[in-house]
Amino acid sequence: MADEALFLLLHSEMVAGLYRAAEQGEGENGRCITKLENMGFRVGQGLIERFTKDTARFKDELDIMKFICKDFWTTVFKKQIDNLRTNHQGIYVLQDNKFRLLTQMSAGKQYLEHAPKYLAFTCGLIRGGLSNLGIKSIVTAEVSTMPACKFQVMIQKM
Amino acid sequence: MHLMNSELFTLTYGALVTQLCKDYENDEDVNKQLDKMGYNIGVRLIEDFLARSNVGRCHDFRETADVIAKIAFKMYLGITPSITNWSPGGDEFSLILENNPLVDFVELPDNHSSLIYSNLLCGVLRGALEMVQMAVDVKFVQDTLKGDSVTEIRMKFIRRIEDNLPAGEE
Repeated sequence: MADEALFLLLHSEMVAGLYRAAEQGEGENGRCITKLENMGFRVGQGLIERFTKDTARFKDELDIMKFICKDFWTTVFKKQIDNLRTNHQGIYVLQDNKFRLLTQMSAGKQYLEHAPKYLAFTCGLIRGGLSNLGIKSIVTAEVSTMPACKFQVMIQKM
Repeated sequence: MHLMNSELFTLTYGALVTQLCKDYENDEDVNKQLDKMGYNIGVRLIEDFLARSNVGRCHDFRETADVIAKIAFKMYLGITPSITNWSPGGDEFSLILENNPLVDFVELPDNHSSLIYSNLLCGVLRGALEMVQMAVDVKFVQDTLKGDSVTEIRMKFIRRIEDNLPAGEE
């Protein structure tokens, strides 16, 4: 079993490393958020595949979202999503009041602009997980006060 | 649950290496980048390690080897590499990893024969030890991904870093 501290450091160094490289003009410039999102997507796909191997079939979309909020979130971030809301028309809002990847950052407002960097991987993670469960979606995130954040999932009807 | 946790790390690391292979044209640059990122992780990880492990000062390099293999590897990757091939001077040894958790789902494609997939580990060890005043050289000499029967990391003690000097790199 790999240790959580190692994952947290790996994640923050991934963010830092990509931005460092982009600043120095190595790699492709300016697409860091997309890259982080794509990395999360791959990981989400892989995780869900292994994780749902022995679970019962899901009833419906809402059932899948609950699974993401509880089991999936707990294994990745050691806590559940605090609040799940939906308009019943394909939009879900997942609120985490103490998001693990933000808790190490200072809560001061001056760091707020850097928050999106630390959310992109997780947006991809959700999108990848859902995609492997047959749901195509767009996932965005927003932070108003650290370390709370909201992930908005818009289901794309096929 | 525990299993999933290690998969999270392994898959995330895999996604990182894949991305770097897209961003950089040759394997040597990817290796360098992985080493650099590992170094940055190592210099921060040591703090967590010292706080949680209660390990005191090591008196010689052999003791350091023991702490790395039996405590650090165990704590962070859940494995205990064996320590072998000591140099006569006691300044060089090998860590043998029977199972490297980083490569659990990995196969190297033919066009990446120079890629040192797990090179992050070398950087982590180098960075962490530098924070406790030891300059070391760390490299992979065998790798199961390249057809070797085990994975071997070679560690060489270079010098003790004097307290009053700032950390050398980056």
